[in-house]
Amino acid sequence: MTDATPAARSRRAGRSNPPWYLLIAPAAVAVVMLVPLVYLVVRATEADAATLAALVLRRRNLELLGNTLLLTGGVVAATTLIALPLAWLVVRTDIPAVRLVTFLGVLPLSVPGYVMAYALLSLGGNYGFLARVLGIVVARPAGYWGALAALTLYCFPYVFLNVRASLAGMDASLEESARSMGYGHREVLRRVILPHLTPALFSGWLIVAIYVLGDFGAIALMRYEVFSYAIYTQYSGAFDRTYAAWLSLMLLALAMVPVLLEGRLLRGARYARTGTGVARSLRRIRLGAWKIPALFFVAVVVTGSIGLPFGILAYWLSVRPPWTELARVGQAFLYSAGAAAPAAISTVLVALPIAYLRVRHPSPLSHTAERLAYVGYALPPLSLALAMVFFSLRLARPLYQSLPLLVVAYMISFLALAMGPIRASLLQAPRRLEEAARSLGFSPFAAFVRTVVPLLRRGMFASTGLVFVVAMKELPIAFLLAPTGYVTLSLAVFSRTSEAMHVEAAPYAAAIVLFSSLFVGLLLRHEGKE
Amino acid sequence: MHVLEVKEITRRFPDLPHPAVDSVSFRVEPGEIFGLLGPSGCGKTTTLRIIAGFESPDSGTVLIREREVLSLPPERRKVGFVFQDYALFPHLSVIRNVMFAMKGTPARLRETRAAELLRMVGLIHVDHRMPDELSGGQQQRVAIARALGADPQLLLMDEPFSNLDVALRDTTRREVRALLKEQGLNAILVTHDQEEALSFCDRLAVMNAGKVEQVGKPEEVYHHPRTAFVAQFLGRANLFEGDAEGTIAHTALGPLLIRPEAHGRVLLSLRPEHIVLTRGDGGSQEGEVVAREFRGHDLTYRVRYQDRSIVAHTDYTHSFYPGQRVQLTAREAAVVLRDLNGRTASNPGGSHG
Repeated sequence: MTDATPAARSRRAGRSNPPWYLLIAPAAVAVVMLVPLVYLVVRATEADAATLAALVLRRRNLELLGNTLLLTGGVVAATTLIALPLAWLVVRTDIPAVRLVTFLGVLPLSVPGYVMAYALLSLGGNYGFLARVLGIVVARPAGYWGALAALTLYCFPYVFLNVRASLAGMDASLEESARSMGYGHREVLRRVILPHLTPALFSGWLIVAIYVLGDFGAIALMRYEVFSYAIYTQYSGAFDRTYAAWLSLMLLALAMVPVLLEGRLLRGARYARTGTGVARSLRRIRLGAWKIPALFFVAVVVTGSIGLPFGILAYWLSVRPPWTELARVGQAFLYSAGAAAPAAISTVLVALPIAYLRVRHPSPLSHTAERLAYVGYALPPLSLALAMVFFSLRLARPLYQSLPLLVVAYMISFLALAMGPIRASLLQAPRRLEEAARSLGFSPFAAFVRTVVPLLRRGMFASTGLVFVVAMKELPIAFLLAPTGYVTLSLAVFSRTSEAMHVEAAPYAAAIVLFSSLFVGLLLRHEGKE
Repeated sequence: MHVLEVKEITRRFPDLPHPAVDSVSFRVEPGEIFGLLGPSGCGKTTTLRIIAGFESPDSGTVLIREREVLSLPPERRKVGFVFQDYALFPHLSVIRNVMFAMKGTPARLRETRAAELLRMVGLIHVDHRMPDELSGGQQQRVAIARALGADPQLLLMDEPFSNLDVALRDTTRREVRALLKEQGLNAILVTHDQEEALSFCDRLAVMNAGKVEQVGKPEEVYHHPRTAFVAQFLGRANLFEGDAEGTIAHTALGPLLIRPEAHGRVLLSLRPEHIVLTRGDGGSQEGEVVAREFRGHDLTYRVRYQDRSIVAHTDYTHSFYPGQRVQLTAREAAVVLRDLNGRTASNPGGSHG
């Protein structure tokens, strides 16, 4: 064996190169993700130059861009205005019932944007909640403000969770040493606390921005003209495929901006504790007389984000009890689960090798594989789904509107979601455990199965649960890719609400909200562990 | 037949300017406990990981019982590894951790054999506890029992005692050494603690910046250091230059006996305990005591002598105080070092450890 080249040797014995079978998953994801996107580009550029110019340079595109940015910026700002004070109250003050307030601050995640829009819409109008109960006829919220309200009320918990975790993890001595250097409360807030919160805020904003850019249900119901709404109208009404492809590409380019921006803004930032001592927790500030305005603020937020949708749903369900509809709700639930369950399992199976590669074999390749997962998450669902539609119609006809294609699209979209818990538990399983097993005579695969998998069980379970619940309430991808007649819960809510059949939509929306509360439970449990 | 032969192995890492391991060679004889001693970052752990198969060298070979093993994955080398943090499987009980190692043993014999090993390391009474319920010293012994469970040809230990507190370290070290000797096991110990290496190993290699500077028995390496690095790493040393003429060198301390014979400009090392201090009487080789360190069984003095600082150990019968004049006399031959590469004479600071 002495004549073997060092490179050949290291392939056989060393750890520098991952085993080939680990590369199957990322390669498959890359192909499945990139081929349709490439095809989207091909489809967009098929028309002749004059048509293209007319499509791309249309004034309407600028309006769409302006509206999209306005909505995204508005939601980011509004969610921050709610989440920042709420997180501060929960972590740093003696506000009563901290655990309950925290739970209520996260619960809105169980009311998807389109259900929130549904609740807002059924508030007004001649036959709306207010008209029926109080006899007041108000205009239905619509357009910018309607979309802003629906998305803000759904999204703010993402910012809240991030800021809360960061505030809670802050070392008391940072703040105390600033105080001892003569800085007042306000200066400490501005010069110590806010800079410390920056990464948390950025990652919260990133999630919100990605959600708003990709959202389709709320803006379609509110009829606000952003990119995804335009794609929807192109698709459902005047189906100009080339224009739809162009709009998808523009939206896609826009969605990549926050992803790139976040990386750039956070580069070189250091917020970890540098000392070796034990971090001390912070003393809570006494609210005193401020307790009343603080509780009022909480009450307003909770009324809007939870009271409103739950109240409306309860009202509609009491107006017309859903008993006769239950069988169909059950069928829709099964349809949702029938797509979400295989999506959850396959996503976790693909996420596992990618996370493993990243943690154990860090290299440009594994880094790219991981980035790919995040790009998949940031891909606007409508763009992704439309790419899949074009691709399957042209190159893989049997896949068009088939369940497998829907599952694959979910997998691409939710891969990043599954990576989080798996990665976190992988990081807790040191490489030396595998090395120990290998020095005791186990092959790389056997060592992984016997020593790492037992430690990953919890993370894999959390990932599967997360993806399953998120896929259960997913709307835009199901809207474009679900087989004909495959009416999931989300599609049922959407189609009934867009026809203003609010009573009929209620049982489906209630099923989603109840089930999504599970997601919130999972999220809170998982967050406690990290 | 050598148990292990490492030949000219070199390993580079992309982010390091010089090789982490730079043509390292040594052999381990049957029944021997071998040490790899050096400061952190000297390449000793990488060398160990190459032997185990967790890393691959860029060049060189490793032979275990005269069989080339670089082409073998770690699981086929029959090399036991004890990690610095023990790497016990957190989801398995103590006895299951040990049984895990007995892949080749028939299932029905595993438990008996594991219990035997646990009895040997004195832990049979905690066999069903989980690793996180054990003290550091107990975890360490479980790690050794587990490594022995695979019946290795060679046991590699990466700083196995460094996570133990001082009181426990001495006894554990003694017990482990007795155990290895009793079982006739070959082992390689990686450590940065010179005292540990000198007392635990039969032979050792001193490494620095990826290279082996010297291999030998503890006494040899201590008393006949070949380089300034070895002299200073294994305890304190006074380094100075001199002009050698055979067995004598002319130095700032006057003419000194040297070994081995040399000619021309040389760098010399003289251990602090090889310097005798006597009350000064105005003679030529006198210095002034500038610091005194009482260490119980002996004393360490720092003496200012012709613009340099010299360290000397004396026994408890001598007592000098700062400001006193003392006469310096060497009672052993100074050791001629191989390197003369710009190290200035008398550099006792930073040599401890």
